[in-house]
Amino acid sequence: MATKEFKCTVCGYVHKGDKAPEKCPVCQAPADKFEEVTPEAPAKKGPNTNSNVYTIVYAAVMVILVAFLLVFVSSVLKERQDANVKNDTKKQILSALNITDVQDVAATYAEVIKGDFLMAENGKPSEQVEEADFKTSYKTEFDEGRLHIFIAEVDGERKFIIPMNGLGLWGPIWGYIALNDDRNTVYGTYFSHQGETPGLGAEIAAEYFQDRFIGKNVVKDDDIALTVTKNGKAVDARYEVDGVTAATMTSNGVNNMIKTVLAEYMPFLTKQCCQHHEDGCCEDGECCEAETECCEAEGETNE
Amino acid sequence: MANKNNEVLKQPLWINNPVVVQILGICSALAVTAKLEPAIVMGLSVTIIVALSNVIISLLRNTIPNRIRIIVQLVVVAALVTIVSEILKAFAYDVSVQLSVYIGLIITNCILMGRLEAFAMQNKPWDSFLDGIGNGLGYAAILVIVAIVRELLGNGTLLGFKIIPQWCYEHGYMNNGLMLMPPMALILVGCVIWVHRSKNKDLQEK
Repeated sequence: MATKEFKCTVCGYVHKGDKAPEKCPVCQAPADKFEEVTPEAPAKKGPNTNSNVYTIVYAAVMVILVAFLLVFVSSVLKERQDANVKNDTKKQILSALNITDVQDVAATYAEVIKGDFLMAENGKPSEQVEEADFKTSYKTEFDEGRLHIFIAEVDGERKFIIPMNGLGLWGPIWGYIALNDDRNTVYGTYFSHQGETPGLGAEIAAEYFQDRFIGKNVVKDDDIALTVTKNGKAVDARYEVDGVTAATMTSNGVNNMIKTVLAEYMPFLTKQCCQHHEDGCCEDGECCEAETECCEAEGETNE
Repeated sequence: MANKNNEVLKQPLWINNPVVVQILGICSALAVTAKLEPAIVMGLSVTIIVALSNVIISLLRNTIPNRIRIIVQLVVVAALVTIVSEILKAFAYDVSVQLSVYIGLIITNCILMGRLEAFAMQNKPWDSFLDGIGNGLGYAAILVIVAIVRELLGNGTLLGFKIIPQWCYEHGYMNNGLMLMPPMALILVGCVIWVHRSKNKDLQEK
């Protein structure tokens, strides 16, 4: 049988034995000043939180629980998120056409945008992309050579919208540029970014900057002449746009994005089949939209 | 008890402010204060996340193995932030676009880890919740002060509205572009600390 412990309440001396000593050997206190000390039963409830096994099991359980939780949340919300992203992309495309503040984005989009085409090598928007295959990011599409052209109709006039991707100062930037039927005059633009500096580079997403592009021309002597310059340095009002003040790097990013992306669209931009169709096969001037044979034929004769 | 709760809530607002006294969360104070709007949004998001993670860690505090407590705290914060951002993306897409990187930035905000380690690990859930709210608001207050100065002097606007009248510009006044650069935020935080210390003599170092 284990010995009991008795503690002197006066001086703290601990006596081991069956009963309390008659006198405390340290302070001479009598036996009734001694108290029995019950050996500390497991101090805390539950397992020892410092043991290795506990730590490892705890970590494993926690990680698995959190992983399941995150997977669950993400799979439940996935559909809604995708729909939101799709809607947002459509909103951005509409914004390039200077259509903002729409209530029902999907309906307006369906009404205004006549089709999403891929550019063929001869510059014709030929292969139509089905609505179900609507892309929300055009970066990989561009890298893989699938050049999208959206054809829209605003107030009875045909507009072309080209998606663009590039690099800003801190991360990706992207945008859409809408051109008039002449494939040269800018009708409107939309730019956005992931993490440019608020108040500086982030201003490319502001309307005042995007409006500066309206009415500018894109192509000059078979080259992309549309340029974003340093703020206040724009000289040629036809092709040059003032950048954002104190955000030269981001402005340069926008400039490079426009130049690289539009350069790939050169065959499309320089092809003006609808403006001279003397051969008579396009009677109503609808040839580009209707994608008739004549445009191709004419395009070839022009070259 | 009510008195103590009051203290827990009020102390971080001024006497024990997380930014100017505990010097926590300086990094994000520099990043998001160029304009007032992101500063307010960031301040509120941090308040909510600190409060929630404080409660969770406080509930778990007796079971967390001591040696991996920082990792546990980090996992809780990261999971919470990810879930909040997913929910925003699904139900408030516009807001989530506006917040973009800031939500992710919350994970790295030292206020969270600081409060979890210093307070939630030792205190009851309700106290921890109040501590989270208090510290979040204290953080938000400093962010707002710095952002007001930066946006007003750097852009002449507040929340996007023009504040400095046009005739000032016509008489030669110019926006101070330096205000929008990160170093200016550091200097402004320094100024706030200066004012704060001059009001609280016992915090001054000898």
